[in-house]
Amino acid sequence: MIRFKNYVRAESLEEAYNLNQKKSSVIGAGMMWLKVQNRIKMTLVDLSGLGLDGVEETEEEFVIGAMCTLRQLEIHKGLDGYFPGLFKECTRSIVGVQFRNGATVGGSIFGRFGFSDILTCMLALDTYVELYKGGIIPLEEFCSQKYNRDILVRIRIKKDGRRAFYASSRMTKTDFPLIACCVSATDDTYYVSVGARPAKAELAVISRREREDVEELAALAADHFRYGTNFRGSAEYRKHLAAVYVKRLFMVLDREEG
Amino acid sequence: MQIEFTLNGRLIYEETSDDETLFHLLRRKGCYSVKCGCETENCGLCTVLVNGVSRLSCSYLAARADGCDVVTLEGAQKEAEEFGSFLAAEGAEQCGFCSPGLIMNVLAMEKELDSYEEENVKEYLAGNLCRCSGYMGQLRAVKSYLSRGENRNEC
Repeated sequence: MIRFKNYVRAESLEEAYNLNQKKSSVIGAGMMWLKVQNRIKMTLVDLSGLGLDGVEETEEEFVIGAMCTLRQLEIHKGLDGYFPGLFKECTRSIVGVQFRNGATVGGSIFGRFGFSDILTCMLALDTYVELYKGGIIPLEEFCSQKYNRDILVRIRIKKDGRRAFYASSRMTKTDFPLIACCVSATDDTYYVSVGARPAKAELAVISRREREDVEELAALAADHFRYGTNFRGSAEYRKHLAAVYVKRLFMVLDREEG
Repeated sequence: MQIEFTLNGRLIYEETSDDETLFHLLRRKGCYSVKCGCETENCGLCTVLVNGVSRLSCSYLAARADGCDVVTLEGAQKEAEEFGSFLAAEGAEQCGFCSPGLIMNVLAMEKELDSYEEENVKEYLAGNLCRCSGYMGQLRAVKSYLSRGENRNEC
């Protein structure tokens, strides 16, 4: 369990950022993953007083505060209206409602965890992260960056007309995913995100015209990623699952288009 | 550090260490219904309501409870007794260790959900584990409890 000496509820992002420049400090979001880590820190910086716990919808985008909980994401009517069923599907298997009432979107994204359903889902959308000092950058670029001591303030999902669907496989209902897949589509492009390989989610962008057959296209997408083995499953099994789920998601998207 | 919060309707001023969890604080204050089963945020035994929302007290910092309204099973006796009678009627009590967390989450669910379809209920309660695996009895009890108003009307 994490131990720390000082708890500071930051009154501004500047204060939080300055406090976080010391290696002995850590940002506390939902405290779900952080709490079970065996670490000793001097200061825990709490962002919960900065009004970053909402979802704002504009004509161009959804702006999600870093302290917005996974449960808020799951039940937000605007998000569900624009991406029907997507956020419900990607959050519903994450432990239980009490957990999702605590875990935050910012914690999930900043952590870039190899098991993250949220990262997998958002990567397939036109998503940007807003960092306090680093500005607004695409989520894909953020994923490839090394961890630093900046602060994730908001996540922005553009309303670019993409439709998206999500699927995951688990050993038991509320376990970490064995594989997590999200596919979105524009007129001529599929955006395929696969996470829990078990490694942080990555994105493959595939032309819909590259193959006629949906199974071949799914296999091509699955080939983009590297897979690993752990006690939940082998690399071969994960790759097989990824191809199957991506194919199913392609088919759902095609069906939706009629 | 000093925090001030409402615990089961009573205003509390309490000294807490910066990294103490709400779970430990509640136990210190005599709320023994709040239990810690896994300490990895999976079992739901430590569920309490913070500002009406079900939270896992084992991962909720006591410092964050400053200014909040916290309710444990001790503060929801009437509702707990009512739901408890449905659990007993279905033989769903078994060892009873998980019941306080389950009851608190059922009370939160009752307020939050618009529809009590079985899938919604199962999904809402997925974070409450029962080592006796008494899930079917619990589910029957929850369904009876949630439809009790309808039964009264029928009578």
